Amino acid sequence: MIFAIAAVALDLLVGYGALISFGHAAFIGLGAYAVGILSVYGITDALVSLPVALAVSAAYALLTGVICLRTSGVYFIMITLAFGQMAFFTASSLAPFGGDDGLTIAARNTLAGFPLLRDERAFYYVVLFCLLGTYVFCRALVGSRFGRVVRGAKENPVRMATIGFDVYRFQLATYVIAGALAGLSGFLLANATEFVSPAYMSWQRSGELIVMVLLGGLGSLDGAIIGAAAYLLTEEWLSGFTEHWKVIFGPVLVLVVLFARGGLIGLASALVRRFARG
Amino acid sequence: MADAVLHLEKLRKSFGALVVTDELTFDVMPRELHAVIGPNGAGKTTLINQISGLVAPDSGTILFAGRDITALPTHARAELGLARSFQVSSIVPGFSALENVALAVQSRAGSSFRVLGRAAAEAALNGPAMAALADVGLAERAHIPAGELAHGEKRALELAIALAMQPKLLLLDEPMAGTGREETARLVEVLRRLKGRFSVVLVEHDMTAVFALADRISVLICGRILASGTPAGVRADPRVVAAYLGDEME
Repeated sequence: MIFAIAAVALDLLVGYGALISFGHAAFIGLGAYAVGILSVYGITDALVSLPVALAVSAAYALLTGVICLRTSGVYFIMITLAFGQMAFFTASSLAPFGGDDGLTIAARNTLAGFPLLRDERAFYYVVLFCLLGTYVFCRALVGSRFGRVVRGAKENPVRMATIGFDVYRFQLATYVIAGALAGLSGFLLANATEFVSPAYMSWQRSGELIVMVLLGGLGSLDGAIIGAAAYLLTEEWLSGFTEHWKVIFGPVLVLVVLFARGGLIGLASALVRRFARG
Repeated sequence: MADAVLHLEKLRKSFGALVVTDELTFDVMPRELHAVIGPNGAGKTTLINQISGLVAPDSGTILFAGRDITALPTHARAELGLARSFQVSSIVPGFSALENVALAVQSRAGSSFRVLGRAAAEAALNGPAMAALADVGLAERAHIPAGELAHGEKRALELAIALAMQPKLLLLDEPMAGTGREETARLVEVLRRLKGRFSVVLVEHDMTAVFALADRISVLICGRILASGTPAGVRADPRVVAAYLGDEME
């Protein structure tokens, strides 16, 4: 579920904005590290650490977005990857905060002094609430005036400029929003595992997020959630048989991309249509 | 000229050794329909691209409503009231015709950073958009995805998008390109009704349309204006007949 939040955020970028970010895990990592580093200094309340997590990842998105969005296509993918790796290596070299080995967090954050997140069930509902909130927010965003401009810019940026939209500003805003939402998922991840590590930011993780979005179906926020669930369940299930589970998963992914363009959600709606016709 | 809507002063653009706009001086008066004609490769579309900001000129200035816009980016020019249509239909294919036009309305209305509320249900956007669609005779096709419209309808949609921006100046790059005789006649009719409401630069190959609509015609050849004047004057100009109209009028 935590990854579903990040996947929904990424889908906002990739599916609606055609901005393929290969560094999205960096924002998860930043959110997680915000929690970790604050706890080292004894600040363990979510009222502080959550806003900090969001602000840090949004700020990093703003800084890197200003540069990344000057490019497009393959260059955009590469430069987001580069910024992602930069965050990864910075985290790896943070010796006071665990460096390569990561950083164990003594206890989960409190919420205004209450140990709400420490109860497993309560924590589960908090995550669920965050996911729903993210989903509803993104849904509203996509349908709004703002979202319409972003979707239009995906299909025809030149036309959008000639009717008076500064496409760059809209894409940058989307990038920052998606970064902050990934920061939210990082905040939750750090609390769930009570541990932060540079591995959260690795490019493999960014790749996994893209796979989740593709698997579920690009440009449909429901798809991103289903994709995240499907990916993690498949991983769980296949790795029970063999540690080389990716050997099986890879071809499955190729088949999905080749034969079910809309991902799992596209496949499902095609089946529903077929049944409806009898 | 101080009161021209658009004034180009010694505009120059070359692609490598090829000079496509050669010290061009050109203006459009308020509510005038100024047609630009010329053979393929004369630099007509490049000229439109420079006015709308998609191509930067090498030198010269572009004055729009008395303001130097030579260095302004495309979207800023659009905000000042400069609208254009494209020779090859440039629409958002996945949006309905109405949404395509509503986007243009929204651009003029500002506040596009609004993240709440369903844009598709906003009467403030859809009303003017429907009016623009009605202007070009597309009202009944409003909810069809733009990508599925027939070619002639896409041409009309291009026009509706530009109209919805309530522009001071309309740049029309071959609005009749590729349309059949009947569709052309319909578009000419639409333009005739719009004439006088806007200032227009019309680039067009269809001479019947140009001579029916234009207040003034400039003949562009190899990046230079060969002749400029009333339709009757241009038609009678021996240089124009020799260089261009001779074959076109056959």
